[in-house]
Amino acid sequence: MTLQTKLVDLAIKFGFLLLMAGLIVFFSISAAGFLSPHSAVFVFQSVAITGILALGVTATLVVGGFDLSIGAVATSALMLSAYVMVVWELNAGVAIALCLLMGAGVGLINGLLIVKARVPDLLATLGMMFLLIGLQRIPTEGRSISTGMTLPDGSVARGSFSEFFLMLGRHRIDFFIERLIPLSVVFLLVVALLVWLFLELTRHGRLMYAIGSNAQAAHLAGVKVDRYKVVAYMISGTLASFGGILLAARLGRGDVASGTNLLLDSVAAALIGFAVLGAGKPNAFGTAIGALFVGVLLQGMTMMNAPYYTQDFIKGAVLVVALVFTFALSGRGSRGH
Amino acid sequence: MMRNALEIRGLGKAFGTNSVLRGIDLDLPAGQVTVLMGANGAGKSTLVKIMCGVQGADCGSMRLADEAYAPDSPHAALKAGVVTVHQSINDGVVTDLDVASNLMLDRIASQGGLFLRTSRLRREAQAIAAAVGLSVPMRMPVAQLSLADRQLVAIARALSHDPRVLILDEPTSSLSEAEARRLFDLIETLRARGVAILYISHRMSDIRRLADRILSMRDGVISERFESKPLDYSGAVRAMLGHEMTEVDIDIPAPGASVLAASALKLRADARPFDLTCRLNEVVAVVGLVGSGKAQLANVLFGLDAPVSGRMTLDGAAYTPRNPADAIARGVFMAARDRRTNAVIPDFDITRNLTLPFLRRHSGSGQAVRRSSERKLALRMIAEMGVKCQSHTDNILSLSGGNQQKVMVGRWMAEEARLLILDEPFQGVDIQARRDIGARIRDGSPNRATLVLVTELDEALEVADRILVISEGSIVSEHRNESIDVAAIMAEVADSPALAGNERQLT
Repeated sequence: MTLQTKLVDLAIKFGFLLLMAGLIVFFSISAAGFLSPHSAVFVFQSVAITGILALGVTATLVVGGFDLSIGAVATSALMLSAYVMVVWELNAGVAIALCLLMGAGVGLINGLLIVKARVPDLLATLGMMFLLIGLQRIPTEGRSISTGMTLPDGSVARGSFSEFFLMLGRHRIDFFIERLIPLSVVFLLVVALLVWLFLELTRHGRLMYAIGSNAQAAHLAGVKVDRYKVVAYMISGTLASFGGILLAARLGRGDVASGTNLLLDSVAAALIGFAVLGAGKPNAFGTAIGALFVGVLLQGMTMMNAPYYTQDFIKGAVLVVALVFTFALSGRGSRGH
Repeated sequence: MMRNALEIRGLGKAFGTNSVLRGIDLDLPAGQVTVLMGANGAGKSTLVKIMCGVQGADCGSMRLADEAYAPDSPHAALKAGVVTVHQSINDGVVTDLDVASNLMLDRIASQGGLFLRTSRLRREAQAIAAAVGLSVPMRMPVAQLSLADRQLVAIARALSHDPRVLILDEPTSSLSEAEARRLFDLIETLRARGVAILYISHRMSDIRRLADRILSMRDGVISERFESKPLDYSGAVRAMLGHEMTEVDIDIPAPGASVLAASALKLRADARPFDLTCRLNEVVAVVGLVGSGKAQLANVLFGLDAPVSGRMTLDGAAYTPRNPADAIARGVFMAARDRRTNAVIPDFDITRNLTLPFLRRHSGSGQAVRRSSERKLALRMIAEMGVKCQSHTDNILSLSGGNQQKVMVGRWMAEEARLLILDEPFQGVDIQARRDIGARIRDGSPNRATLVLVTELDEALEVADRILVISEGSIVSEHRNESIDVAAIMAEVADSPALAGNERQLT
């Protein structure tokens, strides 16, 4: 092995982690207060929701698919939970259950469109995204949902977000420092751990990777390919709706304008995950690191007073660099063809 | 003596350590139809790819009309006057475009200018179509044409270049008889015009009709030439399928109870129904050419397709698998052909490729995969199959073709099968791996029925107790593998025009 190939190997394996370490050092030096516990908490909090969505996308990437509807599912869950509690005046438990059901249902429809109707995955989920963005605005004629709003039929919404529901998004757990760790971060860690366990250690995860690598061969080995694909989209939809619930709990109202960045951020996190430790394939650990990376980047730029309109550009640029790490350097661009 | 339009000398090509072409000498005289015959894996398609500029040769030379010819792209070949009509018809046409655009595609692709002059385009296309007797509306999308018309479009497009050499790669494999006749007339016209034609096929009816000379290709060389009339057709078939005295001695054991019994099985609407029995302690080989119905038989047995009619029983109970999972649950396993497409999981290592079909066996009640159990199986199968590798965690693609194939066969030998189907198990493997795999197929047979599907009779003679010949979608004869009349079987295998319809892809 020549020195050059050794270096390339190292770059593939640790390049991305080095890049992230460098970024943290850079922000620590140039932005005062970046290294404080509270700044870290802020990073984690911003990462929680994108991370949960990104873990869902990861499940679809593993079976060789892609789910573009996650952002729209999340904002639909945001609007649905607000509608259930504020307009229908039902309790938080019902709201959460309906949101999760909605997410799983959308995932089921996505999956059936893809495996039964043979619609290409990108198109099916893109179509579903537009459908949901429109649908979530119909019941309120495009307005945000909050207590005391006037409904299209002239009545006034009297319900409100329950304390329990708001706690999901706002509560912080004492950890050395009082009120340090947001509850949503705990949810992220639990979800990440569960998805990792499922994909890496169980039979089902293994078969899903086999499908993503060669679906035809998996089918001929007796794997129920269609069923696993549908399940992957249902996981994605359910996790996206869970992310939407956390977003609603943090905001405390059904805001039609929020959540626009969710799709880009979480897809970026999942794709950056390909590059972490040179995995070259979708994986839960990489996705979690990818989400953290996006969070660090945004927090650092915010603290350096970078204008908000440069953030998407920088995210996009980082994503492209990460993809180069994954595909060009390792020469494993064969996936998905 | 005819002038040679194309002369090939000493052409060689290897992929890694696998030599596909080993010194090809080939002349194509102008105004003659040269038929090239060769079984799967003989190197025909690689030869065609080099002739039409898709791949480069490692060594050797080509001369086209006495000038050095070494096309570096299909376009260069086309410009030099070597045109190719490929076997897979949809490779030759762009289905989303209309007929006129397809016919003029090379012109559109190579010409400058931003806008297409559509009316002129259509006029010129009409003239090209008329030359081959193609009468379809120029504006019709190619996707709406029949296969035969699509092929005529591809041929017409090729001919618009005034070819000096025309290569036809199994052009009749998806044509009806009437459509094929139309093609033959066209070929005869071109021959009279002085075009050198290389016609690749193993359909005897085509060959009888067209051939001026026949070349047999085998293991990367032109093994025999038949040039004096009357042509020795059966000699050509023998040279193609080849038969060296097999080094493997088969002791035919007494077969046990019947495992799979199929009665009045009909694979295609127009095929004759047949019966098939596979017994314990018996290796049955089914020999047939591409298009003979071998693939349909495999699909039906493994639950990928339903038969047109007939019934099957497995161990006495009705057997109607609806998908591979059903078949596997009943103990019918199949190592599929074309391992790269149908078997290899490229992202997985050897161990994970081996454990794929029976992963449940290696996972506990919590569905977690037990690595130690996987590793034990992998080490056992690597030893049993004789897979040459550094470790059981090597990536599958780092292995040679023969070793990859051992893993793919080993995958299905890890569990006791009732019926093990091996579809082209010797495809793309070297001679040593072929012997090893053949020995494993015979070793394991006492506890199961084994069915091997092959194109080459040699391979059947090496592994089988009983050899069945399949042709036109039906089993036509049965032979016990002892003091066999090889020539007679070869005649049965080859003397049957493969029916219309490409070998169906596994889906």
